[in-house]
Amino acid sequence: MADLTQAGAVARPLTRPRKRIRWNRIVDHAVLITGSLFMVFPVFMVLTTISFEDVDIVQKGLQIGLEGRMAENFHDAMFEASGFTKTITGTRMLMNSLILGFGFAIGKIVISMMAAYAIVYFRLRFATFAFWIIFTTLLLPLEVRILPSYEAIQSLGLANTYTGLIVPLIASATGTFFFRQFFRSIPEELVEAARIDGAGPVKFFIDILVPLSRTMIAAIFIIMFVYGWNQYLWPTLITTDEGMFTLVRGIKQIVQVLSQTGAKIPEYGKALALSMIAMIPPVLIVIFFQSWFVKGLTESDK
Amino acid sequence: MKRAGFTTVWLPIALLLPQLMIIAIFFYWPAAWAVQSSFYLQDPFGFGSTFVGVENYTDLLGNVEYGKVARFTLIYTVLVTFFSLALALLLAVKADAVISGAKTYRTLLMWVYAIAPPVAGFIGLMFFDQRNGPLTQMFQAFGWDFRLGADYTSTATAMVVVAVWKQIPVNFIFFLSGLQSIPKSVREAALIDNRSATGRFWDVTFPLLAPTAFFLLIINITYALFDTFGIVDTLVRSEPGNNPVTLVYKVFVDGFRGNDLGGSSAQSVLLMLLVLVLTVFQFRLIERRIHYT
Repeated sequence: MADLTQAGAVARPLTRPRKRIRWNRIVDHAVLITGSLFMVFPVFMVLTTISFEDVDIVQKGLQIGLEGRMAENFHDAMFEASGFTKTITGTRMLMNSLILGFGFAIGKIVISMMAAYAIVYFRLRFATFAFWIIFTTLLLPLEVRILPSYEAIQSLGLANTYTGLIVPLIASATGTFFFRQFFRSIPEELVEAARIDGAGPVKFFIDILVPLSRTMIAAIFIIMFVYGWNQYLWPTLITTDEGMFTLVRGIKQIVQVLSQTGAKIPEYGKALALSMIAMIPPVLIVIFFQSWFVKGLTESDK
Repeated sequence: MKRAGFTTVWLPIALLLPQLMIIAIFFYWPAAWAVQSSFYLQDPFGFGSTFVGVENYTDLLGNVEYGKVARFTLIYTVLVTFFSLALALLLAVKADAVISGAKTYRTLLMWVYAIAPPVAGFIGLMFFDQRNGPLTQMFQAFGWDFRLGADYTSTATAMVVVAVWKQIPVNFIFFLSGLQSIPKSVREAALIDNRSATGRFWDVTFPLLAPTAFFLLIINITYALFDTFGIVDTLVRSEPGNNPVTLVYKVFVDGFRGNDLGGSSAQSVLLMLLVLVLTVFQFRLIERRIHYT
């Protein structure tokens, strides 16, 4: 639409009311700038506040400006066992978050690709039945069955383990559904040709289907990584041992400690630095792999 | 299933097994357990349980507190859904219209997607801080005695603002991709027929976006109901007290703090039914969607 109006303006510069078009453009940009500020400003203000002394933050709250504490606060948040948790550092939480993000994304992709391959490419009598069993899981998000899921993990002795943290999150059909749709859109001739050439099911999967799905895998990986990294409720329940805390889980600890009134000055600088560290990796991934991310999001939810 | 599919029998079973096992252990078992324990009354000290039939449900529906939470959840969902859809639509239409800086705007408007709800909640906590939050001070300057955590309306407002902030990116991405999939020929035709941009939007663009909007409606309702747990938990500092909370939050509080297993399970089952209804509705819409496009 936009390029059209411009082309028109060039072709008929005399009859077209140019000024009005400019005003429209100005309004468009004004709205977009306001919107962008609304999205960016809160985080920007948190970032600048990290450069202040804790006493200042306690007294005056969030600030705009640049003082000298930025590096120190980030350093302490990463490498010192803070007052929020007794024993673990930001580095350890970062590692746990990475394990959760990668473990969840990779586990989900591997398991759902295998299942989708079995459903789409094999003449299996119960394929439809299996699909429906898997598909039903789309109906109930983890949040509505937290208590029983927690009991299940407890009775299996998986509390405070990475397995207990990651595997129950994989128990939903989003990935399988996504790959099923994608595999179905691949032309039938491909598998026919592969069979004529003598490729078995394993070879076809590894040498043809997986390379063909590369973009899809990348797209779904980004969505899943962000989803896993940002998990809150489940890690809160399943990890009581501090050594297992993720950064996002750590936020709960931070909020609780900051809410207590004590003689010590609350470590706001470090708390804000930790919250910043908790958002940097997923934000960078979303920004740098934007086109894949958008593709994954708009196509996986359909 | 592909016509020319492979006929091996053991391989697909082996391929399906991991997924089916995980689902059986972490989905079907817990779900069945929830349904079962919703009919039992658990002894608070862990000594067995008694079958009470639908008593947990009738208790729940007659409970004033539960009614209050349900009412808040409804209002909260409506507000979050409306504002995040409306603002995202406005931004998407503008982002689709401009040429210069379009990519930058797109990035700036979508990156918040990656921020975890509790992190967003924590930022909200700073902005709405009772003593020196910038937004608290702004509200107070306008004469509103805003007190997060102490005043019901204040806390509810903070929850809605943070939840909307966090949800705009998703809606923006979907609306923008919906707008960009409108064929150029349709736009050109509309441009000839109707000189007013507002008229063009309501007569042509909006109806073409309707399937996306319907789809997003469900996504947003689900988001407000379930995914805002982290926002609610941080904004009430894990101490609900008299603060507004959502239904999912109450399942958590009753089950883990109150040790009311039966009541919490009954709430879970009610939520499951709600999701079921939403999903059926969603599939109806997806069917419609196919007719549209």
